[in-house]
Amino acid sequence: METILEIKNLKTHFFTKAGLIKAVDDISFKIKKGEIVGLVGESGSGKSITGFSIIGLIDAPGRIVSGSINFKNEPLLNASSNRMQSLRGNRLAMIFQDPMMTLNPVLRIDTQMIETIKAHDKNISNQEAFRRCRDTLGLVGISSPEERMKAYPHQFSGGMRQRVCIAIAMLNKPDLIIADEPTTALDVTIQGQVIYEMQELCKKTGTALLWITHDLAVVAGIASKICVMYAGRIVEQGSVDDIINKPMHPYTIGLIKSVPSQNKRGEPLHQIEGMVPSMLELPIGCAFHDRCTETIENCKIEKPIETNQSDSRVIRCFNFKDIRK
Amino acid sequence: MTDILKVLQVSKNFVKPIDIASKVVNMFGNFYNQEVVHAVDNVSFNVTSGEVVGVVGESGCGKSTLGRMIAGILPLTSGKLDFHDQHYSGFDEGNYKHNSHIDLKIQMIFQDPFSSLNPRQKIIDIISEAPIHHKLISKKDKKYFVKDILNKVGLGTDAMDRFPHQFSGGQRQRIGIARALAVSPEFIVCDESIAALDVSIQAQVINLFLKLRQDLNLTYLFISHDIGVIQHIADRVVVMYLGQIVETASSDEIFSHPNHPYTKALLQGVPTLDTKKKIYTPIKGEIPSPINPPSGCYFHPRCKFSTNKCITDKPSYKEVSPNHFSACHLNS
Repeated sequence: METILEIKNLKTHFFTKAGLIKAVDDISFKIKKGEIVGLVGESGSGKSITGFSIIGLIDAPGRIVSGSINFKNEPLLNASSNRMQSLRGNRLAMIFQDPMMTLNPVLRIDTQMIETIKAHDKNISNQEAFRRCRDTLGLVGISSPEERMKAYPHQFSGGMRQRVCIAIAMLNKPDLIIADEPTTALDVTIQGQVIYEMQELCKKTGTALLWITHDLAVVAGIASKICVMYAGRIVEQGSVDDIINKPMHPYTIGLIKSVPSQNKRGEPLHQIEGMVPSMLELPIGCAFHDRCTETIENCKIEKPIETNQSDSRVIRCFNFKDIRK
Repeated sequence: MTDILKVLQVSKNFVKPIDIASKVVNMFGNFYNQEVVHAVDNVSFNVTSGEVVGVVGESGCGKSTLGRMIAGILPLTSGKLDFHDQHYSGFDEGNYKHNSHIDLKIQMIFQDPFSSLNPRQKIIDIISEAPIHHKLISKKDKKYFVKDILNKVGLGTDAMDRFPHQFSGGQRQRIGIARALAVSPEFIVCDESIAALDVSIQAQVINLFLKLRQDLNLTYLFISHDIGVIQHIADRVVVMYLGQIVETASSDEIFSHPNHPYTKALLQGVPTLDTKKKIYTPIKGEIPSPINPPSGCYFHPRCKFSTNKCITDKPSYKEVSPNHFSACHLNS
């Protein structure tokens, strides 16, 4: 399978008045064609910034300091803003967390959708663009799309709006969609519907998907690969089976053990001690060492480097081998 | 085991009064009605002492409104609340009287630890304000008192002289818990109390809830949309849909034999740590507006088993197996 996106040693730092924040610090991963990759982490772990870095939405005081992002063998970091604009919404698309904020409240759905098509294809006729929008809306499970296209965003419910956002992302059949917590603002039953639609769409169109979430359970069912982030770094990545059933990094192990369904009812949950460190004052050495159960001396001094366990399995820890035994 | 709380046919309506333009039009023969939202509609259940009752449902199903009425911060439209067989809430706002003895025994912990603490107050004042006001402690004891409470919720005594913004989300939620515990309540309403916390912090706060329950013999009404959490800590589960209870049963029973189609769909939709490529079979449709709820069974437009009877008749709420109640026509 060909690789759609390859990120190597990406560093995105924010030069704020309070100090340097290494929001994304040396991360590398790949996405293959048609693959669903889950990027999991707590708030402030840098998972959204990774998404924004790919699509080129990092604003001052943030800057991509070093590393490379290759999209279909084309380096994105050196691309001109014109080139980025022609990629965004066309080959690369993004779905944001809050469907209430992403749609323009004063424009009808059809205007917003047709705009997306016409921005990238000047020669398309209005009728043809309209037809494509209608079909895509039908595809994401909106009934009677022809009438609903005349509606304004406030006439839709949250779940429906998120579907419209998904439809807009899908319009130009992109090669990669970055979905930043697309179901967090939705109810359980609606979340099920949206996950289902996304799963179907990726299967039908061969679009790759980077699913950013804080909820391991959401990606466990749909992704084929998972990257776990902590304090700006990917601490472990591998296939879904490996990460969920055979986690090796102490943080991943702690996260999975603390999911309520993994514990006996009424018993105390397994908990990770301490709290997420402030990105301004990260501990020296491994950022997780003061919450970790397997800390050795080296963790407090040196930052662990990435080690490959197999083709797909990468882990950043000094002391993980003992854990596996 | 005695019933600590009885909720009897409680309802809450929110009325949007008609504006002046509509009133004028009404004078000329048109007819604009007031819009009434039946947020909670005829809900009854009991809570026994020492129990954790979980309330689940989607947004807009009335679970938070129910919690607020029980905690005594929203008046009831109709119905009755009994705490230790003592009636404690009035029927309408005009008659609403505080019974401070009971009000102190029922406390609430809110969802958002950022907006529920006064940013200008020190932690020591946040926690000691209520007990001093109600003369449970004297002013000079407040330091020892607050120190003791902070220890109970796992915060150091140095927290006392700091302000809320100096704490992280998980710590603030602990302060919220400490404030609720300061008046030594028996019953605590937790309204989505862990929803705003990070994954690794959630487990810590859930454990704190479980520990406090044992140490202080507390009873919880735990409101959450997170079914995994409810499954873990609740002894009994109440499932709500559009302001009504559709099913109640013990936790074991409801998760192994859900009866109502809505409960089944709700449980199926929960993502789990199961790596087998799960095919989500979602329930169709959206949650209807509570202003114009559907006829008959409120769930019928989304239910795959719906019959003609469901469209016309409201299902009765009856016992399908011991202590397992459900409101569905399929049971008759």
